Parts: sequence; structure tokens; C-alpha cells
Amino acid sequence: MKTHPRLVVIGNGMAGMRTVEELLKLAPDMYRITVFGAEPHGNYNRILLSPVLAGEKTVDDIMLNTREWYDANGITLHAGDPVVRIDRKKRVVHAASGLAVPYDRLLIATGSKPFIVPVPGHQLPGVIGFRDISDVDTMLEAARAGGKAVVIGGGLLGLEAANGLLRQGMEVAVVHVMGSLMNQQLDPPAAELLRASLEQRGLRILLNRQTVAIEGEDRVRTVRFEDGETVDADLVVMAAGVRPNVELAKAAGLHCERAIVVDDTLQTYDPRVYAVGECVQHRRATFGLVAPIWDQARVAAAHLAGSGHRRYVQQATATKLKVTGVDLYSAGDIVGGEGSEDLVLRDRRGGIYKRLVVAGNRLTGAVLYGDVADGPWYFDLIQQRTDISSIRDQLLFGRAA
Amino acid sequence: MKLSAIPTTVKTTCPYCGVGCGVNAQVGQDGAVAIAGDAAHPASQGRLCVKGSALGETLGNRGRLLAPMLREEGTLREASWDEALDKVAAGFARVIAEHGPEAVALYVSGQLLTEDYYVANKFMKGYVGSANIDTNSRLCMSSAVAGHKRAFGEDIVPGCYEDFEQADLIVLVGSNAAWCHPTLYQRIARAKQERPELKIVVVDPRRTATCDIADLHLPVKPGTDVWLFDGLLGHLAAHAADDSFIEGHTTGVADALDAAGKAGSLAEVAKACRLDPRDLERFYDLFSNTERVVTAFTMGVNQSTAGADKVNAIINCHLITGRIGRPGMGPFSLTGQPNAMGGREVGGLANMLAAHMDLDDAAQRAALQEFWGSPHVAAKPGLKAVDLFRAIEDGKVKAVWIMATNPLVSLPDADQARRALEKCELVVASDIVLGTDTNEAAHVLLPALGWGEKDGTVTNSERCISRQRAFLSAPGSARADWDIMCDVARRMGFKGFDFQSAHEIFDEHARLSAWKNGTDGQRRRLFDIGGLSGMTRADYDALDPVQWPVRTPGERTERLFGDGRFAHGDGRARFVPTVPRAPAHLPGGEYPLVLNTGRVRDQWHTMTRTGRSQKLAEHIPEPYIDMHPQDALLCGVKAGELARVTSDWGAVVARVQHGGGIARGSVFMPIHWSGQTASDARVGTVVNPAVDPVSGEPEFKHTPVRIEPFGVTWFGFILSRTELPLREAANWTRVQGKDFVRYELAGRKPFAAAHDWARRLLDVHDDDADWIEVEDKNGGMYRAVHLVDGRIEACLFVAQRTDLPARTWLASMFDKEQLEPADRLSLLAGRAKEPGIDPGPTVCSCFGVGRKTIEIAIRENNLCDAAAVTACTKAGGNCGSCIPEIRSLLAEAQVAEA
Repeated sequence: MKTHPRLVVIGNGMAGMRTVEELLKLAPDMYRITVFGAEPHGNYNRILLSPVLAGEKTVDDIMLNTREWYDANGITLHAGDPVVRIDRKKRVVHAASGLAVPYDRLLIATGSKPFIVPVPGHQLPGVIGFRDISDVDTMLEAARAGGKAVVIGGGLLGLEAANGLLRQGMEVAVVHVMGSLMNQQLDPPAAELLRASLEQRGLRILLNRQTVAIEGEDRVRTVRFEDGETVDADLVVMAAGVRPNVELAKAAGLHCERAIVVDDTLQTYDPRVYAVGECVQHRRATFGLVAPIWDQARVAAAHLAGSGHRRYVQQATATKLKVTGVDLYSAGDIVGGEGSEDLVLRDRRGGIYKRLVVAGNRLTGAVLYGDVADGPWYFDLIQQRTDISSIRDQLLFGRAA
Repeated sequence: MKLSAIPTTVKTTCPYCGVGCGVNAQVGQDGAVAIAGDAAHPASQGRLCVKGSALGETLGNRGRLLAPMLREEGTLREASWDEALDKVAAGFARVIAEHGPEAVALYVSGQLLTEDYYVANKFMKGYVGSANIDTNSRLCMSSAVAGHKRAFGEDIVPGCYEDFEQADLIVLVGSNAAWCHPTLYQRIARAKQERPELKIVVVDPRRTATCDIADLHLPVKPGTDVWLFDGLLGHLAAHAADDSFIEGHTTGVADALDAAGKAGSLAEVAKACRLDPRDLERFYDLFSNTERVVTAFTMGVNQSTAGADKVNAIINCHLITGRIGRPGMGPFSLTGQPNAMGGREVGGLANMLAAHMDLDDAAQRAALQEFWGSPHVAAKPGLKAVDLFRAIEDGKVKAVWIMATNPLVSLPDADQARRALEKCELVVASDIVLGTDTNEAAHVLLPALGWGEKDGTVTNSERCISRQRAFLSAPGSARADWDIMCDVARRMGFKGFDFQSAHEIFDEHARLSAWKNGTDGQRRRLFDIGGLSGMTRADYDALDPVQWPVRTPGERTERLFGDGRFAHGDGRARFVPTVPRAPAHLPGGEYPLVLNTGRVRDQWHTMTRTGRSQKLAEHIPEPYIDMHPQDALLCGVKAGELARVTSDWGAVVARVQHGGGIARGSVFMPIHWSGQTASDARVGTVVNPAVDPVSGEPEFKHTPVRIEPFGVTWFGFILSRTELPLREAANWTRVQGKDFVRYELAGRKPFAAAHDWARRLLDVHDDDADWIEVEDKNGGMYRAVHLVDGRIEACLFVAQRTDLPARTWLASMFDKEQLEPADRLSLLAGRAKEPGIDPGPTVCSCFGVGRKTIEIAIRENNLCDAAAVTACTKAGGNCGSCIPEIRSLLAEAQVAEA
């Protein structure tokens, strides 16, 4: 009997495990699969940490694959045992526990780490990121004691964290270095509506604030800004972006720029090594949203399965803020520019703002605030590159109009 | 004229067309007026057209002139009646003293009641001593008057409406009765339905709505009616002449046939009229072989430089066959206005005396002067409408008093009329509304009573005298026209103007009609209503509709000339030779198309009354130019867009449309829009001022024009609860809505900062206003809605093209006192959100997939796991947070199946 080749997966997160799932669909018996995970859990849906923090879901609700599933699919899972070294020459990975597992194919899915702003005091107890279940546990514990939280970063993740902490009864301030919230996804008018709405819910929003220090003796007490202003904090959540987790790959001599560089098949510079998810760089892009990672998983799985006809193509992405009561949708290129045209709807009293970006008779971006029902339709039009010239006048009024 | 506490029904007559329908008006306790047809009225037998039915909507004081006003240094101020009337009396007296009686004039209207008209005529011809009193009936009816007088010796419509029901052939010439005389048209349509053998022929360059019931439509080339009827006369001479009638009761047949012969053979006539010779022959044979023929005609015949000849060409055909004065036959002039006929009876035209007496008959002048006891009676004809306004511009007429008409809109070469009034020393206008183009040029404005307030009589097309009765009190300090004129006459020292009521005037008018009528060596006049004189006030108030002559009390006369006796001295009718001739101005060169003008179904004259009704505005809200698609193509204009129509006299702008049934080479525009209702649609400015040499009636139906695109960069509309100043639009039309005003707009200057521009346009200055807008700068689209307290206040829609949303749904939003939140975005879409299928509460928010959508997908496709649901509906395919919910929906579906 022929022995099956070995596939080792570094990272038990969403990208890695989705790739394994896709692979199992294509070639269920092709590999002997071993998975290493740094966290001591099964695989869970990281996107849903915000609802867990907000108390809307439990950890059990967000588990994707149980240990039984790994067993049933013949996968060896080493949870809580991070890989510390890849020996590409010998094609062996070494885990922290000393375990060494050889591979024929290696899939790196190490994800990313929160960017901890390197200001004085960033290592004080009470300063955390918002990345995994243990971060959520820390926040929930802090919230039980009440008090004040400062979230550094007014992006998607920061606002979800802030909302969760607020829901858990903390006084929360969001500190953002830019002049408008979610500046990656929203234009200033939408950001302004969002700010007003969040403030109404009780969040304190501090824009244009450069954090220069986190102060406190045994643990965090205040956050200090460039202009000398301070805010009190019992908890500081760093949500100022993430950094691809590439130390392991770099150490193994794999070509990295901002992240592990992969080609259209998600293959790294080493033909035996693939990488997917937030740790990869495709062309010039890195990734943080789930939709492109699902695509990567599909392509990588196809190539691992040997039916390598798929190519990974970057697509427009869409985001929604998962804060109950705030309807917000952003898709595609919302900046626009030379040659692009704006379609705008404003209803200040009604709390509705919509902006569609059109270029060459095609919808290229959409920012929706207050009424997001047509978001998926716009997203579809963006992705399908539909010629919208005949419906241009109706576009803002939605599909039903 | 008191408002009754108990609703009572007042019988009156409709103030619009010459059919003269009976109206029952009931004033409710809330002041609302309910309008219904009067089944007892012989003219209409209970029918009312849409204009008549909407009379209640046109009442109310909005826009009314409620007090006398004087214009001083360009601004109007209120004045007392004494001050205003002194100014009129002194002004007229001064001009007469300095320049003679020919330097003053009255320009009156077929909207006046007979009693008003009578006083106006007495004032001018008997006391001022000039016949410079003409009327807007000149623009409408005078060719018929001239034709009648030439043929019959008196201005007589021989038949009655019943003839339409008794005829076997009705020929409608130049008449869109379906729109312009709707209840009479309905009578004809019903007769045709009951008796399909009744044949109907429509002679009209346009295929109008009237053609719906026609057996034959003859789309004659505009202005060729004389050819058509001359040809018919020749045909009838050969096939259907009634020699004993011709010999016994007429003169001049030989000359008439001689002249008619100039029209040529049937083929030549067909060519001249641009008709299919087979259709022409069919018409001639039909006419020839049908004894009972009514030939009804109106503006298409009258408004021509050959108008009187057209009328006589028609009458000739009835004389040669002897088909006149008997049931079901005769020529029939349909009058345009409610009281054009009454005006004619009292001599309200510059070339007539009262009671059908003749200006050029010295004995009748003397008789009239004796009856009135007046200082003199005008001995020579006065200036007819077009000439009158020329004389005003030339400075020959220095004071003019205009009553109940809007000549700056309705006259041909209307810009000339404006120049004339601008030069005139004293312009007095009696009117019921303040804002008209003519009133803008007046120095003195006198508030008159309107329909429902005034009291008197009118005469319709079939010589039927009916009472118009008041059922509303006078608004403000408005007074009856006769009362105002009597007051001025007294101030000028004239005797014989001490009337206390319309009843007294009517009595004098009735007595005059019998005065020396066929006695004392005087010519016998058929117009004789001596039988209506001597009535008590109560009798007058209770007067039932009656057709004149009424020589003795209780008499009524349905038809005249049945005895073969006509009003000429010798008792014979005259054949009038009518040599065909072309219209005054022919198309060609710079002006290749011929403009025809006319009415639309739901508007009346210059819209000062019908324009107030939202219901009436809906049929045709905007001025338009109807033309053949091929002509449009050649002119480079497109249906739905704007075109400029230019003649030698002026230019207007209107929206291009097709489908008016017009032949190539001709275009049509409605007459109704004025400077108050549209920026550039006063069609009178384009119409040529050539007039018929006999009747003085202008050629409204034939002006050479050129049409070119009116280039704009945007189209738009506004609905607003308040009137708006529209400085920023190159072209606009105002349309009355129920609780709002609608403006159709077009602009040349592109708008840069749409938000600020729109606020200026809608007159919104509050920065905190509830304002919803959409903007597509590059696409040239902008829409804004202004709300106040959750209610729509105004909206503005602008686009580069004309395909803006329908106005109807938006208009309905003005009825809502409080809009639903869901309505807000629909407002911008301009239409109700389509109900569609309810997707249920959202399950997958990434892809916006609802619970019901998922349930249906599971059921219909027998889906059994979450991945299949995702594949089918996308739900759960992104962040996956809804997969647990999808699983539970799958479980529920399985339970339901089991």
C-alpha cells in the first residue's frame, strides 16, 4: 500500500482550517494531515469574538470544528503547541513541546498579531490587543470590575471592541489618530454620522489624538496624548491594526516582504510550502477580511489536491460593522479619484447617507449608512462589473425601485 | 346674493363654451359648492363636460381682485371705488374733450352677461358717440356674424340643437366638438349610437378626438374650405338643386355658381384641398343624397382671412338645396363663448347697433336714439379688435377700458397689443382676478363679479336665452360690470344709466328689440324678444330657458326661415359668391410650417378660471406643439423636449409632441397659456394679425412658422406648497395642483453647487431644514425634498433628460399630513417602493438574505445542510456567523416535512 504524503498545517485558525476543509472536499484521503495551533482550543470563528465580547454569543457558539471533527477526518491536532522552527532542508517542523513532524507539503496559516503601538507603558498590565479568546476573557474580566476602558484605534475592530465593552458596562473612550472613524471604509460624511450615532449610544470618541504614553505604576491608569491631554483608563485595548505573523517563515528563509509572498496559487517561493490568510502577501496586498481568505483557501486547497487549475484573483471587498443598531456597509473602492463619479444621497434627519462610486459606467464602490439593505446588491454589481448606465438614475434607490 | 343657511339649489348656466349647459349649483353649509347638470335645461339635458363639472373647484378668493386698484409710478395700490371711478370717468371725459369720441374705446368680452353688454354698448354708441366698442367675440364669431348677415340679412342661427338628433348627415367643419363643445358632441354621439345610419363627416386638418365617431374624415389642407364647399355647390347644382326654393326664396345663385366654378373640377378641388378624390366624391354624394343635413362649423371656419366667405360657401350649399329652417337641416354656427350670442343681440361689436339694428341704416339709428333718448348714436363703424389695438399703438385711441378679457394673451400679434397698452394714456381693466398679462399693463383695475356671483342672462348657440344666477355673495368690494359702467356713465353726466338691477336692463333690452320692429316704416328685425318685456323681477328671476324670437309672452322659436322668408328687405336669402383664395400668409422659405391654434379639452381661454383646478390641469398640464414626426425630424426637435416656434411676429417655446393627428406641413398649439402660467407660451405673440376683410376676424389658424430646438442643459420639475419665484429657469410652466403648485422647468445654465442652488430655487433659508437629496453631479441628476414637521413642503427633480419620474405619486404625497419613515427615500425615487416579496427578517447580514428567502430555498430545493443553503442563497458564505441560524432553519424544515 502506498503511503500517503504528509501535510502539516501551521495555524489552527480560520484560514488554515478552511483550506483543510476545502482540501477534504476535493481529496479526502490524499494526505496524512497534522495541524499545529498556538491556542489551546479547537478552531473557532474569530470574526465572532465581537459578539462574544458584547455578550450576544458564547464561545461555544463560535466554535467551528470540534476535536471530534479532527478525529473523524483523521487529522492530528496539536492545540496549544506552537511551531517554533521550520527546517525546510529536512522538511520537518519543530514545535515548542519538542515535537518534530516531517512534511511533504507545508501550509503556513499563522495569521496576524495585533499591532501594539510602541509607546512608553505599552507593556503595562491592562494593555491588550483584541485578537483571540484570551483577549476577550481579559476584557470580560476587566468589565466585571467596571471602570474605564480606552480603545486605541477607531477602525472596524476598535469600534466593535468599544461597543462590546460598553455593553459590558464600562465607560469607553475610542481614541483615533485620524480625523474620521473607519477611514479605510467610510468617507467623511458617513464617518460623521457614525460618530454622532456612537456618541449617542454613550461612547466617547476622541479623534485626531496621537497617543504618546500609557501611564500607570503597577497597571495602566491613564493614556496621554501629544497635546498633553490625558484620559483615565483601567483597560487599554490596542486596535490600531494588525501585523502579519511572519517570524517563523522569515526564520525559515522564505521570501517575505510585508508578509509571506505568494503567487496566484498561494505557493511561496518554496514549491513545497503554501501560505494562506492574514500572513500572506499577494501582489502588493495583505488581507484582513474573511471573503478573500475564503477564496485563497479554495485555491490553495485545489493546488494541494493536485487539481491545480485555479488562480487566486483579488476581488473587491465589503465590510459591515457588527454593532447592533448601527447599519453601515462599505464595499469596493470608496476613495474614488480621477475619472470616478459620485452618486450621493443625503437624509440628515433620517440618518441615511449613501454614496456610490462609479467609474466607466461601472459601480466601483459603495458607502451606505443608515440603510444598508441594498449593500449586497451593490456589492454584486461591483463584483460582476455590471454596466450600470441604464439604471444609473435608479441606482441609489435600490434594487426594488 | 346672500349665503343661505340651508343648502338650496340654484339653477344657472355654465360660463364656458357656447353650448350653454344648465348647471345646478348647491352651496353647502361649509361653503363648498356642489355642481351638477340641470336635467331640465333644454341645451344640455343634465349633461356637463369636465370643465363644467369642475366649476366648484374654480371658485374661491385665491388670486381674486377684491378691491379697485390704481397703478402709480409702476406700483399698484388699493383705492376706493369713488377714487377709481372718478379716475376712469375723468380720464375718459378728458380724452373725449381733447381728442373726440373716437379716441376712447371699450374692449369687452363674450364672458359678459347680456345686461353688462347692453350697458356697455349703450354707453359707447349712445352717449360717448363712438362705435369703438369691440369684443373678443371678434376673434371667434365675427365671420359667422358677417356670413349670416350677408346671406340672411340678419345675424341668425336658423336651427336648434335638436336638429343634430334629427339629421341624417352631420358635417362638422373646423370643429373639434369632442373637446370644445363636449355635451353637444355627446348628444351627437348618442344619436349616432341609436341611429347608426346617421352619417358624420368631419372636415378638419387634424384628426381630432371628434373623428372618433366620424364615418368620413376629410383632412383638408388648412385654409381651403372655400374650395371644398364651392366644389360641393357645383356638385349640388348638378345633382340636388331645389329649383323652386332657389327661385322663390333666394337671389344670386348664378353669380355664386360662377364664382364657385373657379374652384375647378372635383379633381382640382381634391388637389387644392389635398384630399383623396374618392373621399371627396363620397362626401359630395353623401351631401347630395341626404336631405337632412346639418353643417356645423366653428373656429376652423371663422378664424380665417376668408372666414366670412367660408361661412357663406357653407350656407350657399344649404340654400341651393333648400335645406334650411326645417327639422334636421341647416347651417349651424357653434359659438365659442357662453354669451357671444348675447353680445351680438345687444350690438356688442363695432359694426352693429343694439337689437340687430344696423349702423348704416339712418332710420334705425334715429329709432335707437329716440328709444334711448341719448345725445347721439354712433353713425360709423368703430374699430374692430385688431385695428383697435393698432390705433392704440398709433396714439389715435388714448383711453381703453377692457372688460372680462385678456387681449395681451388672446389677440394675434400679442406683443403688438402689449406695446399698444404700454403707450396708452389710460388703460382700465375690469376683471375678477388680479394676475393677468393684461392687468399688468392697466392703470386702473376694477374688481368685477365672477360666475356664481353675477346675475343676468346669456344666449347660447341655438338662440336660447338662459339665466345665469348668483348663488355666492360678492367677494371683497367687487361689483357687477353693468353697475360699474353705469356708475362711470353717471359720473360722466350721462342720463339713462340709473339701472338698479340686471332685471331693469333686461327689460329695456327686451323693449328695444320690439321697438319700431317692422313698424313705422322700419325694417322688420327677427331678433324680437318683446314678449319678455314687462316681466316682474320675480318673473325674470324665474325665467326658464327660451329660444328667441319671443314676440309675445310664452312664444318660443326653435327654427327660423322655415317659411322661406329671410331678413333681407325683399325677404330672400342671398347666395354670396365666394371665389376661393389662399390665406394671407403662406408657408415657405424661412417659415416652412403652418401653425394652427386651438383649445384643449380641459382648459378655457387664458386659464384664469380653469387654471385654478387641479383636476383640469391633469389632462394637458403643459403648453405643447403638436407636429408630424417627420417634420420634427427635419426640424431637429424631439418629442418630450422643448422647441422654439418662431413666426414673423414673435416666438414661443413649447414641448414637442406627436399624435395630435396632424398632417405634414402643419403644427398645432393650444391657446391657453399666458405669462402667468408659462414663461414663453403666449401663442398669440406668434399668430399673424391678418384679418378677414369682411368680418375683421384674425387668421388664428394659419401662421407660417419655423421650429427649432430650444437647447437646454437640464429638465426638471418642482412641486411646492407655496408659489415660487423662478428666476433660475430658462423655461417654466406653472400647473395647479390640489395642495401645491407644480412647475415644469428647463434650464440653460448648468448648476454647480446643486445644494445651494436648490435651496435658492425652493426658497429655503433655514440651514437646519429637513432636507433630503440625491446628487449625481456627472450624470446631471439632482433631486431634493424639503420636509417640514414630517410633511412634504416642496420637492425638486432635475435631470439631463426629460425622463423624470411621474408627478402623480409625488403629488399624492402632498395629501399626507405625516409621512412614514419609509416614504422618505421613496420620495427621492419619485415612486412608491414596490411591495415585492417580503424576505423576512435578515439572517445573513453579509449578503442581506432574509429568513423567508432561506426557508423557501430549503423547501423548494430540498436543501439539507448549511453548505447547500450557502451555495443556493449565499447566506452564511462570508463571515459564517449566521450558520447556526441556518442550521436551525434546516432542522425546522425537516420537522415540518416529517
